Amino acid sequence: MEKRSDFVSLRDVSKHFGTVRAVDGVSLDIAQGEFFALLGPSGCGKTTLLRILGGFEASNSGSVHIDGADLTIEPANQRPVNMVFQNYAIFPHMNVRQNIAYGLRKDGLSKAEISQRVDEAVATVKLEGLGDRGSHEISGGQRQRVALARALIKHPKVLLLDEPLSALDKNLREQMRVELRALQQKVGITFIFVTHDQEEALSMADRIAVMFEGEVRQVDTPARLYEAPASREVAAFIGSMNFFDASVVGAEGGKIIVDAGPLGKMSMAPPEEGAPVKGEAVTVGIRPEKLTLGEAPPSAGANAIKGKLTAASYLGERNHFFVTVDGMDEPISVASQNSSPMDHKGWSEGGEVWLTWEPAGARLLRA
Amino acid sequence: MKFQLPSWMRGGGLTTYAVLYMVFLYVPVLFLPLFSFNDGIYIAFPLKGFTVKWYEAMIETESLQAALFNSIRVAASVSIISTILGVLAARAFTRYRFVGRKPTLGLLALPLVVPGIILGIALLIMANRLGIPLSLFTIGAAHVLIATPFATFVMISRLEGFDSNLEEASRDLGETGWTTFWRVTFPLALPGIVASLLLTFIESFDEFILAFFLSGTDATLPIYIWSQLRFPKRLPVVLALGACILLFTVITVAFAEWVRRKGVKLTPKSED
Repeated sequence: MEKRSDFVSLRDVSKHFGTVRAVDGVSLDIAQGEFFALLGPSGCGKTTLLRILGGFEASNSGSVHIDGADLTIEPANQRPVNMVFQNYAIFPHMNVRQNIAYGLRKDGLSKAEISQRVDEAVATVKLEGLGDRGSHEISGGQRQRVALARALIKHPKVLLLDEPLSALDKNLREQMRVELRALQQKVGITFIFVTHDQEEALSMADRIAVMFEGEVRQVDTPARLYEAPASREVAAFIGSMNFFDASVVGAEGGKIIVDAGPLGKMSMAPPEEGAPVKGEAVTVGIRPEKLTLGEAPPSAGANAIKGKLTAASYLGERNHFFVTVDGMDEPISVASQNSSPMDHKGWSEGGEVWLTWEPAGARLLRA
Repeated sequence: MKFQLPSWMRGGGLTTYAVLYMVFLYVPVLFLPLFSFNDGIYIAFPLKGFTVKWYEAMIETESLQAALFNSIRVAASVSIISTILGVLAARAFTRYRFVGRKPTLGLLALPLVVPGIILGIALLIMANRLGIPLSLFTIGAAHVLIATPFATFVMISRLEGFDSNLEEASRDLGETGWTTFWRVTFPLALPGIVASLLLTFIESFDEFILAFFLSGTDATLPIYIWSQLRFPKRLPVVLALGACILLFTVITVAFAEWVRRKGVKLTPKSED
């Protein structure tokens, strides 16, 4: 069976709270079986959008379709959608099994069938042996598993997860990223999760929608989002990036020639949204790890800039440097991997250094 | 020669103060049960001997039984009505942020501090003006007035920290608003409801001033007790009755507090 690419389909969805436009004209298509992330800083509207999908907020305009059915005004209890709440919302007066079985009451199942379904769900989330524990007798990680089992037992078409890992401590969080991803692959249900943590989104999601100020600014795979951000704000939110003001001075063989001040003139691939015209102000972005630090001047023809090393920090698996360049206010940030023990040599701060980069490592951004 | 405080006054005398405080607080109250078992009609030492005849006389007194029955009827009605009102009000206060929330909460608490005698006079005047005959109904209505804020605060303390996500989770799992109430909200609020029922019952059962102003021909128990104080010979029976009420009140309030605290914690313990 062909999987629908518009399994979940949002069209021009908006939600206002008073004068605040929490969600502003969002359109999105999410494929069946996709692990999809809504990523953005707090207050960007990602949670409101998730709650609109769950039926907990009514949108002011626009439509929500899931698997072809219009659910725009469908109440939460009628939707083929279930939610894992940020604090997991485990019913405190019920034990683990009762929590997991909660949603089955109306499905007209026999006691034996319910018991079997609960056993399956318990096994799916690896909670064997904890069924009779009270809601206060389980750890934070186990609470999350109960919340997952309670939602998945309903066989929803879409599972919504609100900041699913934020209530866990750091080690558990990293472990659960892998587990959640594996669980999603196993059950094959479309997962949509909200997070403000870019690493979480990059490591788990098939695709990510980056949201700012109620709008979706870019929807892409993790690698594309990182390597080919559509705008300066997306580039700055996903990882870090050095930005250089530049202006277009010409075009040549499908490439754009820009003058990036201290970086000199460069020939760059135009952004997908369209090539900027001559004279337009643009930004050249280079991620810290795309820069290479060296003491000797590079061979002629390479992209290079001379600077002064102002700070060097040893961070274990990598080194981080700041290099100041004449004519630039902000120091350039450079990261290098410690791939062999020899990589960590005593860089002398204040010394003259050269930065080089591959042409493909620099990215042309509009404005 | 150096002046020295006697040992019982040292340490600021705070221990002494605390002990005296407790003595003044509880000894008079404890005289009630003590003399209710005394074989004599005067409250005076030495005690004359142990007897339960005052308790027997108490049980046989029909006017007392009638007053007791009146009090139970009024208190039961008051506890149910004020608890229902309290639950609804507490839900509004804990669940929603609305304009005038704080002032309303303050106004609601006001009957708790308005002197009973002022409230009694005010209500009596109003009942007269409106032509409402004085009866157990007027007493009950007045008691609802003072018991409702009480019930509301008990319920607010229970419902505070009630995670609205729990109700959303229930709806998410297919339940309607009504079934969510019965499967989630009610069981979690139940300890508060039980505590509120018991405490408002006692509040009404023990109340004297409002009942005194607003009673017609039917007396409640506190009014009956007051009326009996005119007959010195009946005093030991009143003491026996007082001892029973004391015991009943203490047990009920302690039980209510136990229920209120024992109930399932609404918020999970913070991260392990």
